[in-house]
Amino acid sequence: MSQPLIDYCIAQGDDALIFGQRMTEWCYSAPFLEEDLALANVALDLIGRAQMFYQYAAELADDGRSADDIAFLRDARSYTNLLINELPRGDFAFSMARFLLVDTFNVLYLEQLVNSSDSRIAAIAAKAIKESRYHLRRSRDWVVRLGDGTEESHQRMQKGLEEVWGYHKELFIETAGERELIASGVAVDREALYSTWSKQIDTVLAEATLQRPEDGWKVVGGRDGIHTEHLGHMLSEMQYLQRSYPGVEW
Amino acid sequence: MSQFKYSEQQLEKAFQARVDAEQKIEPKDWMPEAYRKNLIRQMSQHAHSEVIGMQPEGNWISRAPTLRRKMVLLAKVQDEGGHALYLYSATETLGVTRDELIEALHDGRAKYASIFNYPSLSWADIGAIGWLVDGAAIVNQITLQRTSYGPYARAMVRICKEESFHQRQGYESLMVLANGSPEQKAMAQDALNRWWWPALMMFGPHDGESAHSAQSMKWKIKRKSNDELRQAFIDQTMPQIEFLGLTVPDPEMKWNEQRGSYDHGEIDWDEFQRVINGDGPCNRDRIEHHKKAHAEGAWVRDALRAYESKKRQRLAA
Repeated sequence: MSQPLIDYCIAQGDDALIFGQRMTEWCYSAPFLEEDLALANVALDLIGRAQMFYQYAAELADDGRSADDIAFLRDARSYTNLLINELPRGDFAFSMARFLLVDTFNVLYLEQLVNSSDSRIAAIAAKAIKESRYHLRRSRDWVVRLGDGTEESHQRMQKGLEEVWGYHKELFIETAGERELIASGVAVDREALYSTWSKQIDTVLAEATLQRPEDGWKVVGGRDGIHTEHLGHMLSEMQYLQRSYPGVEW
Repeated sequence: MSQFKYSEQQLEKAFQARVDAEQKIEPKDWMPEAYRKNLIRQMSQHAHSEVIGMQPEGNWISRAPTLRRKMVLLAKVQDEGGHALYLYSATETLGVTRDELIEALHDGRAKYASIFNYPSLSWADIGAIGWLVDGAAIVNQITLQRTSYGPYARAMVRICKEESFHQRQGYESLMVLANGSPEQKAMAQDALNRWWWPALMMFGPHDGESAHSAQSMKWKIKRKSNDELRQAFIDQTMPQIEFLGLTVPDPEMKWNEQRGSYDHGEIDWDEFQRVINGDGPCNRDRIEHHKKAHAEGAWVRDALRAYESKKRQRLAA
């Protein structure tokens, strides 16, 4: 058993679950019905991804905890998702700005993770990369259409981008455990993806007639369990049944 | 100058003959104006029901107790939205737009299934909705697969497949609760108590009192009467209730050997009218939520149109 690998799987699972849980909030509140369906699809992909990572973590740890136990029976301090995933839903523009930053990153990351020396991780990545490519097509299209749509949509898109921008730095920070896994070919070097990510974002923003925000501020801490105040509320809602009726089947 | 070869009366007669011969009516076929209106009313009501039905179920997505249950529920709510899409598209073949249909929903001219005016209060309600509400819908919709209007009949074939999947999922989830802890079992019984009567009301008033029934039957838009369908639902559901070890909240329910069917107590028709007329627990919330999401999305829809038109101009230039 390798603790860094377990931690890594849980962190990947947390990123996917928390983002998926947040995006389910659009499910019957999107601007039109087709978007209700599309956003539900994306959320489903993410929650499914979380389940695969947690399942692997549970098998590796072999301590009697199930994937659901990992998801539903930890408190906010033990969650290690990046902060960008837990921020409140915001308006449609904010959501699309966040998707663009995360999806662009995920595609670059997963494209390499499919070659992981850990075959289980590689298999999860192989499934996830197809989904993330679709997610990125969507978010890129939306950012361009909203950026280059009406005056209002342009302003909202720019504002959404400004509001989420300070959270992107965390996508490129590696933990000590993760560096070990990078050395052994299990995980992917995040830092090395930055320049490509940055160029790809610039290309989309140019097409969308949007300004790249200044790099003046950043917030980090998710991997250390130092979260925004939003996560606790999300978890208390998400975990309510498991906490109120412990130890039963659902 | 074109001249009509046939009188309205002759056209109607030919139309009815086609319906009687079980031929499907297609969008470009001549149809009586009242047939078209009746279909728009029924099909859009059906589409709106799918959309509004996303709310009581969606209410539990964030609280679903396991990852699998969360995904199943999310996928189910998504399916309901998909059904609404087929139905809106099928309704549009009758010469109305989705915008007009949504406007009618917002200003109260169009209705949706009244059962969605009841709240989903516990996790067991999600199982009960899948089992009873989708179950009742299937009984109704199976007959609609043979409805006389082609696009509606075809939409129903796809929808029925998914609904029966939902019904099984709902029943399975309730079975886990019924066989679970005393608290879970109580949760399941409470859900049955609250959803049973509204589910029976889904079939509408007794045959004699149903406003649109007779004409709809003649046009084969509707294929079986409200009371027949309700009885079929009760007969198929009673053994399922027994299998769960739950009690139907109707002291008069008993097997009638002679009829080979269950006799049941009378539905509270005052409650039925009250909820339809706006005084259900959630009527206002449901419509307000839909209006709010629609209004908040207006700038996105505007932006989409603006972008498309800019793109066309660029291509033309």
